[in-house]
Amino acid sequence: MSDLQDEAPLVEKSEKREPMGVLFWVCVGWIVLNVFGAIFANVLPLQNPLYQNYALVNAGPSLHHLLGTDDLGRDIFTRIVYGSRVSISVGVGAMIIGFGIGAPLGMLAAYRRGRFDAILTTVMYVLLAFPAIIATIAVLSFWTPRSLYKIIVVIGIASIPLVYRVIRTATMAVATKDYVTAAKVQGATDRRILVKELLPNIAPIGISFLLIGVATVIILEGALAFLGLSVNPPTPSWGNMINESRTVLAQNPWLALFPSLAICLFLLGLNFMGDRLRSHYDVTEVKL
Amino acid sequence: MLKYVTRRLLMLIGIVFVISIGSFYLIHLLPGNPATVIAGVGATPEYTAKLYKLLGLNRPIYEQYFIWMGNVLHGNLGTSFISQTSVTSVIGAALPIDVEIIVLSQIIAFATAIPMAMRSSRRPDGPLDRVLGASSFTLLSIPPFVVIVMLVLLISIKLGVPHTGPSSYVSLGTDWVANLESLALPAFTLAIGSFVVYYRVLRSDLIATLQEEFITLARSKGISQRRIMWRHAFRPSSVALLGTAGVNIGGLLASGFIVQYLLAIPGLGYTLITAIFNSDYLLVQGIVFVVSVGVVLINFTFDFIINIVDPRISRE
Repeated sequence: MSDLQDEAPLVEKSEKREPMGVLFWVCVGWIVLNVFGAIFANVLPLQNPLYQNYALVNAGPSLHHLLGTDDLGRDIFTRIVYGSRVSISVGVGAMIIGFGIGAPLGMLAAYRRGRFDAILTTVMYVLLAFPAIIATIAVLSFWTPRSLYKIIVVIGIASIPLVYRVIRTATMAVATKDYVTAAKVQGATDRRILVKELLPNIAPIGISFLLIGVATVIILEGALAFLGLSVNPPTPSWGNMINESRTVLAQNPWLALFPSLAICLFLLGLNFMGDRLRSHYDVTEVKL
Repeated sequence: MLKYVTRRLLMLIGIVFVISIGSFYLIHLLPGNPATVIAGVGATPEYTAKLYKLLGLNRPIYEQYFIWMGNVLHGNLGTSFISQTSVTSVIGAALPIDVEIIVLSQIIAFATAIPMAMRSSRRPDGPLDRVLGASSFTLLSIPPFVVIVMLVLLISIKLGVPHTGPSSYVSLGTDWVANLESLALPAFTLAIGSFVVYYRVLRSDLIATLQEEFITLARSKGISQRRIMWRHAFRPSSVALLGTAGVNIGGLLASGFIVQYLLAIPGLGYTLITAIFNSDYLLVQGIVFVVSVGVVLINFTFDFIINIVDPRISRE
């Protein structure tokens, strides 16, 4: 009886049903809109992101150029939409690598424990001590010429230890639950327990961390682009647009403002969704 | 305690070993023959061949590592083939600037985050806590390269404050007031990032600590709110804060790179980026090695401080 009360307090259940809130869905809509724009950038009625109109350099916002033009007369709005392709593909690509390798390892380690877990966790902690951004800058500066796929691979690998740690901790919390023991007693295979019992229970935490992870990777890619270490110009990305604005800050503040706004709003959307999902599903947070 | 420190120390040596292998191997990531790439486009075959031997590339790779490591232990990170100066001296000249920026930023961050977290935790979910919570969450989504560009737009271009714009760095030895002015925006940018993290971590820990029985006891004895906060609640709540601060240092260095790059402040970050664009690979390698080891050492120091603050950790 006391066990039952421990497992399922009635209050918590009603709290879990609480709606996500309008702001959450606004964020979802905003992110979906951005992703849609990134995928269909070349189908949408946009101008050519590389077309240089020397007659109209550093122009402010107008009807023809919604967000103005840059120092080479290129349309800023178009370049922001095309630029989202780089940020989003690096964010998603790197997280696919990070989760693809880090998450199964983390789950296995937390489920199996023993020597496998001990060795893997020590290795991951050693790797975590190595500052990811410095490692990324270092590898990208030597592994030339730089390209989108190399950036995705490097950041993806750098994120593995972090994903491993989060997923391992999340799995540890559920691996000792009674329903896992019950499944074991009934003779379920390890694979079945991992996929059918553990995975659905760590999925919410995993997804919320995934969203925040994508945001973190986008900041990292933006920083690399700002330093001129991401995709080469003239391909636009949010980071390298801000980088290009450095030299004309006084003449054309729009060139810095709009890409900054684009990246901040996108990150805010991702972080808000991630945070909301976490507090929605994480029992400890709800109690607070 | 001693056992704990020994274990951490062994781990530290292991990590530094891994970093050294990583930094050493960087040169071999260069496409083709590293000597050709390092020598540059216009180099004669004789020079390239000489460089090949000088870099020890004709030896087996593990032997190359030991030679490199031996030199590093003697404080010799090689000589830049571009500027013909020793990498160690270049790093020695740039490093103090990074340290100054980071120290300034941490003073600002702690001086604001601690009092604000204390205010917030006194009344969780009160108006102040909500405002601070929402604004810190928003700040979390603003990357440092956006913060610094906006600050430069506003402070140095719009308001025209002297010594704050790009390429206006003044060294500490020349004029310390102008030096502080020129490092104000970088320090502030780094401080914002740290403030958000410190505030959030300390706030949630303080809220948890303030619900403990010993706080209720202190309250019932009539001890002032202020004294309870500083003398009773702060120390047990500061463990996670210190841990976060230690881990945060790596991120600070990286944000430091960004602000230095924008403002052309000749710290390690600016030196690193210029070295990358000049293909000065030995300098890049040296900076990467020194910075990584530095970050790990700072992490270790913070671990040690945490142990002094909360000795229970080492007994586990």
